[in-house]
Amino acid sequence: MLAAVRCILRRDLLLAARRRSDVFTVVLFFIIVASLFPLGVGPDPALLRMIAPGVIWVAALLASMLALHRVFAADHADGTLEQMLLGATPLGVTVAAKVAAHWLASGLPLVLIAPLLALQFDLDQKSLGTLVVSLALGTPVLSLIGAIGAALTLGLRGGGALLSLLVLPLYVPVLIIGAGAAEAAGSGLGGEAQLLLLAAFLVAAGAFAPWATAVALRISVE
Amino acid sequence: MNWYKYSSPQTFFPLAGALAKAFGALAVVACAIGLYIGFFVAPTDAQQGEAYRIIFIHVAAAWMSMFLYVVMAFWAGLGLALNTRLSAMMARAIAPTGALFTFIALWTGSLWGRPTWGTWWVWDARLTSELILLFLYFGFMALQASIDDVRRADKAGAVLALVGVVNVPIIYFSVKWWNTLHQGASVSLTKAPSMAATMLAGMLAMALGFWFYSIAAAMTRARCIMLERERSTEWATEYLGERA
Repeated sequence: MLAAVRCILRRDLLLAARRRSDVFTVVLFFIIVASLFPLGVGPDPALLRMIAPGVIWVAALLASMLALHRVFAADHADGTLEQMLLGATPLGVTVAAKVAAHWLASGLPLVLIAPLLALQFDLDQKSLGTLVVSLALGTPVLSLIGAIGAALTLGLRGGGALLSLLVLPLYVPVLIIGAGAAEAAGSGLGGEAQLLLLAAFLVAAGAFAPWATAVALRISVE
Repeated sequence: MNWYKYSSPQTFFPLAGALAKAFGALAVVACAIGLYIGFFVAPTDAQQGEAYRIIFIHVAAAWMSMFLYVVMAFWAGLGLALNTRLSAMMARAIAPTGALFTFIALWTGSLWGRPTWGTWWVWDARLTSELILLFLYFGFMALQASIDDVRRADKAGAVLALVGVVNVPIIYFSVKWWNTLHQGASVSLTKAPSMAATMLAGMLAMALGFWFYSIAAAMTRARCIMLERERSTEWATEYLGERA
């Protein structure tokens, strides 16, 4: 079972490395969306500092949603997915490995580039650190929940818009707690409580989402 | 009594018709009583004046909007677990009524908020989570509408409804917490003074009326879905032939 996980991780990461432009598009989208906000609301540093955690979180959420359809689409198109469904490895485990690889290729770059954006918004050190940790804990939850939506909308017409309609309402708690963590750290309250809650979300989503995704995949490929 | 007897569309179809008629009539009676109490019997509120009377519709609609989502998820889950055709049809039939009540709750809430709070909309925890509930209903309906194969549509919708019903409490509490974090104690529905007994009676009558209406509407819609899906079967062609 671990061999299968390792194999899928290696394969998906290799595929992502060979198609680097996919990774960069998501990161660029993240940067551009976050850069649009100062242009929209004005260059006042105090205001920007205040809205920074929320803006960066919303931009990260949209960027990770943009990459979602790729979790299963290519494997579905060339028939690999059917082999995975038929394979001996429990489908939940396969799905967990695929989501992990997807997060490493599309979520982790967002986490790594976020400090740069936070500096653009002039966030102080403390909230910057909390923001990065909250993104590191929160974006895997987004990938896990998003995978359910991606599995449900596999091969449907109008997939992208439909996927966002399904997934965005479910993202709300992660967004609130994630952005709240950096805000609390900035205001001196300390964001530990929010970070612990995010970690709890991650554990719960890690336990249940792959299983729900597996059910959804069987329905979609049936 | 054999409960499985009515799990077949053929036997459930006439029952659904009878239930729709009965509950439709009950809904009219209960709503008439509720509205009469609401408009003529209940006293004018000392603080909010006459504008408060909108709660007779608003509160009942908000209750139904949340209750119907759970009922929908229940039928969807049952359909997924037992693979019964009718359960999925019920889930599909309930969704539009649930979305309607969510919309009514939001709309009447903003009509009530304008004279009382002085604004059409505040990012209050209840308003926000009700709005997200509306999005969840829309997602469910959009997903089912975009899948042509009905079996897949039913099952996919069921998974989404179950994921949604797990999320609803989490969404509610995170929104509530976010709200208290942001703007302290501004306006709150929970601070309303204790209610006169007539007001409560009116509200309960309206809630019952909306409940009966939901049953009637869901049964009527389920009948249409049954006919559409079973149109090639003998009983459906017979029924449709009689009608033509």
